[in-house]
Amino acid sequence: MTTATLTRPAPAAAPATGLGAAVSQSIAMAWRGLVKVSRTPEQYADVLIQPILFTLMFGYLFGGAVAGSVKGYLPQLVPGVLVMALITASTVTGVQLREDMDKGVFDRFRSLPIARVAPLAGGLLADTVRYVIATVLTMVMGVIMGWRPNAVGAVASGLLVIFCAWAMSWIFAFFGVSARSASAVQGVSFLILFPLTFLSNSFVPVSTLPGWLQGFVQVNPMSHVVTAVRELTAGGTGGADVGWALLGAVVVIAVFAPLAVRGYMRKV
Amino acid sequence: MNAPAIEARGLVKVFGANRAVDGVDLDVATGAIYGVLGPNGAGKTTTIKMLATLLSPDAGSARVLGHDVVREAHTVRSLVGLTGQYASVDEDLSARENLVLFGRLLGLGIRGAKTKADALLDEFSLVDAATRPLKKFSGGMRRRLDLAASLIAQPPLIFLDEPTTGLDPRTRLQMWDTIRRLVAEGSTVLLTTQYLDEADQLADRIAVIDRGRVVAEGTADDLKRSVGTQSLHLTVASHGPHDGGTGPVAATRRAIREITGQEPVLTPVSDGARLTAPLDSAAAVSELLVRLRTSGVEVRELSMSRPTLDEVFLALTGHGAQDAETPVLEEVHA
Ligand SMILES: Nc1ncnc2c1ncn2[C@@H]1O[C@H](COP(=O)(O)OP(=O)(O)OP(=O)(O)O)[C@@H](O)[C@H]1O
Ligand SMILES: [Mg+2]
Repeated sequence: MTTATLTRPAPAAAPATGLGAAVSQSIAMAWRGLVKVSRTPEQYADVLIQPILFTLMFGYLFGGAVAGSVKGYLPQLVPGVLVMALITASTVTGVQLREDMDKGVFDRFRSLPIARVAPLAGGLLADTVRYVIATVLTMVMGVIMGWRPNAVGAVASGLLVIFCAWAMSWIFAFFGVSARSASAVQGVSFLILFPLTFLSNSFVPVSTLPGWLQGFVQVNPMSHVVTAVRELTAGGTGGADVGWALLGAVVVIAVFAPLAVRGYMRKV
Repeated sequence: MNAPAIEARGLVKVFGANRAVDGVDLDVATGAIYGVLGPNGAGKTTTIKMLATLLSPDAGSARVLGHDVVREAHTVRSLVGLTGQYASVDEDLSARENLVLFGRLLGLGIRGAKTKADALLDEFSLVDAATRPLKKFSGGMRRRLDLAASLIAQPPLIFLDEPTTGLDPRTRLQMWDTIRRLVAEGSTVLLTTQYLDEADQLADRIAVIDRGRVVAEGTADDLKRSVGTQSLHLTVASHGPHDGGTGPVAATRRAIREITGQEPVLTPVSDGARLTAPLDSAAAVSELLVRLRTSGVEVRELSMSRPTLDEVFLALTGHGAQDAETPVLEEVHA
């Protein structure tokens, strides 16, 4: 009887472990995510509309009041819209992950000898495409309206913001794996999203705010990211805020990636 | 390599107040088909999920090919292939993309994954549909793809959760052939089913579970024998099934009742009636025949059979787990 197992050809694929395997498994999962969105490109509607609409709307609405002219407001506004659009896009990750995990295919992912982080990291990697689209659109919209950023700074700040959005998406992924339903994820995400994006220096100068609010705005990590982008796009060089933004992003990943993976593994 | 395929002791899984799996023991030898038979909600899927490391047991332990499902979960995952009850393939990808994805996840290179995918599509007659969206797949095609996806790593142990539920009879036979072929090639298969004939036809050994407990275990023959009595089937000629209190059917009925102490079940046939009753000893048959001859009853046909697995199943799960489980377990394990 026992010889039967021996006659079966040796497994074609040895169970791979270690960082290299985890990375290639995540890439395979990211490929899955990209194939899926290529079938339903309408998923990208949100990242198409928000950058265009907000840049136009806030530009003409607040431009005169805040900076005297639309053109003069753009160096402040575009970085603000950029950060807001990407952080909003990163919440989608959690909602989609929740929906995805309820499907039968996740049972198979769990039964495979793969790194537990791969199904999460893969989905999050595929979402980078979403951030790239939002970044490019916001910047192009700004340029059309008369924004003239430093080219190197624009590229660098784009990468910085995409990295920060990716880090933030781990927070929403954590909500995604912990929550009962996709709509619950959506609710919680917006609760976090609004204070984080609006109670920052994104759209108005901090000095015009009441004192107690200034306190919050100054510790809000979004403010640091926005300032970093403004510095980079204005002069091509970043100051301390670039460092803070990067550090914040790394801390968020270090805390929330393990939490998300743990939640994912506990889910029955 | 001498370890049994599965060795489970006292597995328990509780969902809230519901003891979905309530102390399941399983011993599955390698190289065979093992059937887990049970009605809806018996705990079949939950048991498989624990064995395939998708759920962790609340109590008890299990070893798969010698590896603990909790402490050596990663090793166990590399040894088993799981085809879940509900399609465990990605609906948004094509059949080929699914197989390539799972191949890549299992460590094959891009080229290797594609070669493997094509070989499996061929083996499971899915080549024509390979690039079609899965949403347009029939139930049978989906099931085949599901099974193909479980075979990429050529795992020595394969779990099939209700592999033929919802398939038409022809597709079911094809699936049976595929499962037999897997075992012929040296795999061990644990399958769950609600169909008795499936367990009877395919499985070398069967565990019947009901309300989270194993109520009987053994070969199909063991199980049938364990229900004890044989059945007597007797067809007698008559002008009608209801011949008053005086005709041959009534006489036979009376004779059976008096000799076996059991009330026969009466089924009308074209020119007479068929009477079926459980029978404890074969000696009662000769006594019955003598009695029928003296009363002038014309016996058309007489047969004795062991109960079908259907009858076993009803006997084991139909009336309360308590009365069913103890005698059978003792008898079969002895
Ligand atoms: N995730 C879960 N949460 C709560 N209860 C569950 C869960 N999974 C299963 N159950 C319950 O556990 C019991 C056993 O379910 P299980 O799916 O194992 O049965 P089954 O034998 O596979 O049934 P079926 O033939 O319908 O597939 C059922 O009462 C079911 O409602
Ligand atoms: Mg089930």
